[in-house]
Amino acid sequence: MTAVTATTTTASVLGALAEVHDPELDEPITRLGFVTSCEVSAGGDVEVVIQLPTPQCAPNFAFLMAADARTAVRRLPGVREVTIRLEDHYTGAEINAALGRGDGFTGAFPGETVDDDLAALRELFLRKALVARESRLCEALLAEGASPEEVAARRIEDLPGEAPDARRCIELRRRLGLAHDPGSPAFVLPSGEPVPAAELKRWLRTARLVRMSLEVNGGICRSLLRVHRGVAIDDPEEVLR
Amino acid sequence: MYEKNGEKYFVVDGHQHFWDASPANWVKGQEQYAKGWIECFHAYMGLGPPETHWPLEKFMKYSEEDYDHDVFEAGHIDAAVLQSTYLKEWYTEGFNTIDRNARMVEKYPDKVIVNGRFDPREGEAGLKQLEEDSKRYNLKGVKVYTAEWYKGSRGWKLTDPEAQIFLDKCKELGIKNVHAHKGPTIWPLDKDAFDVKDIDVAATSNPELNFIVEHVGLPRIEDFCFMATQEPNVYAGLAVVIGGLMHARPRFFNKVMGELLFWVGEDKMLFGSDYGIWEPQWQVEGFIDWTMPDTEEYSDYPHPTTETKKKIMGLNTAKLYDIEVPAELQLKNGGAPAAKEDAQLVESA
Repeated sequence: MTAVTATTTTASVLGALAEVHDPELDEPITRLGFVTSCEVSAGGDVEVVIQLPTPQCAPNFAFLMAADARTAVRRLPGVREVTIRLEDHYTGAEINAALGRGDGFTGAFPGETVDDDLAALRELFLRKALVARESRLCEALLAEGASPEEVAARRIEDLPGEAPDARRCIELRRRLGLAHDPGSPAFVLPSGEPVPAAELKRWLRTARLVRMSLEVNGGICRSLLRVHRGVAIDDPEEVLR
Repeated sequence: MYEKNGEKYFVVDGHQHFWDASPANWVKGQEQYAKGWIECFHAYMGLGPPETHWPLEKFMKYSEEDYDHDVFEAGHIDAAVLQSTYLKEWYTEGFNTIDRNARMVEKYPDKVIVNGRFDPREGEAGLKQLEEDSKRYNLKGVKVYTAEWYKGSRGWKLTDPEAQIFLDKCKELGIKNVHAHKGPTIWPLDKDAFDVKDIDVAATSNPELNFIVEHVGLPRIEDFCFMATQEPNVYAGLAVVIGGLMHARPRFFNKVMGELLFWVGEDKMLFGSDYGIWEPQWQVEGFIDWTMPDTEEYSDYPHPTTETKKKIMGLNTAKLYDIEVPAELQLKNGGAPAAKEDAQLVESA
């Protein structure tokens, strides 16, 4: 394989990793600064190192990110061996070994878990992520002067297509098995039913709390990454010291 | 007592530690965990103002003199509750055991309260120990850390049947405050370990006990708020909210406080510095100075008053621990709860 191809592959590996989200924060692991190294050999072998803000970050979410990273990279054409290494983590050895064997979560922690692919945990956080994103879109519409009735009547095709929140909402709804065609309602309850206009303000109050929780956790992760790991990422909110 | 602009505040720090995480106390073969734990705590200290940061070596084991100075000489603290966390899988003598914490009670019998702890996985021996601790130290509260590792198990829940036996024992012993601290592991490992649902269930079945959820259930503030708004005996421990956000992320601090004031209410929010993670002084002074900005972004949130701050800074915890408050530091007009009215205001907006 030529050097040109290898270089292209490094970029495409990072591109693939940008599609992997921290399930708790609903943000790409690359933007959070979790990917600390990504190497592609001339032969197409890939090694990715992931480091989370603290060694104690929850093992289940750590596993999901590492496993999703492996799946995303393996999908790329021309890639041979894929090694994902979770570094400086309390359960890093168990997770790395399981991923190396191609095992699921049960393989990493035999006897300590029952859900091999962490489906229930994943779904719970996809739902939190969806409601958080919807709250941002909803607030923006209200701020522009739309009435609750107008907001509740919006469909997916009415959302600003270029807004990352709108695109992510569609992806989250697809993954949750909720309707996501252009004509489906823009703001939905967990059942997929549209949020009624009369309930919109109340719904927004809870949705906004979920969003705030996600954002604050993301903020604390970024702060810890900077203080603990020396990883400085784009972070306008934090007070500079 | 802290005085600012003619107002006097009785300050109770509901969440403190006096730990020994120095290398001499690390369990052989478990050094990576003992070291990782304290280094992570040290990183949190980095979220406070730079002039309050300590070098790691001091942070691992601070002295009694440090405690004297930081808490009582500089910290404005009138009374403090020391929480006990054992982590004996990683720390030979424990991280901060009740006996170690009790050294401060001996020194400040009128100011320092020590809380015990329990772990339902310790069974009969644990029950006996809790009874002994309670007799020796006249316990009014316990801290429970559900993510503690114990003989191959990485955590437990307050809904485990064994946990109820310990909660019953608490009632029998006159222990009425349970400080619950969630962590990153629990059994089975596929569950969300930070979920506060087990506290919800325990609070409903044990109305005689108060459940103080430390660091307001972070990282699950939303689950905590939805629960606390329905449970009269669930309280918000503000450790980490003030220390970790007030300086580092003031906008998020405003929003978290706004949500807590709305959902939980000022009568159920309790100041805790989390010392030695952060010194109390800057937290007390900063919190009294803090105001909710008068901008559109925060218009939906209740705005704290002087009374709000007096309650959160000390009067609420004083009530839970029967700490006597000098007459001049009590609320002048009895202090009716404001949270409900504020919630209605927001609903009708």
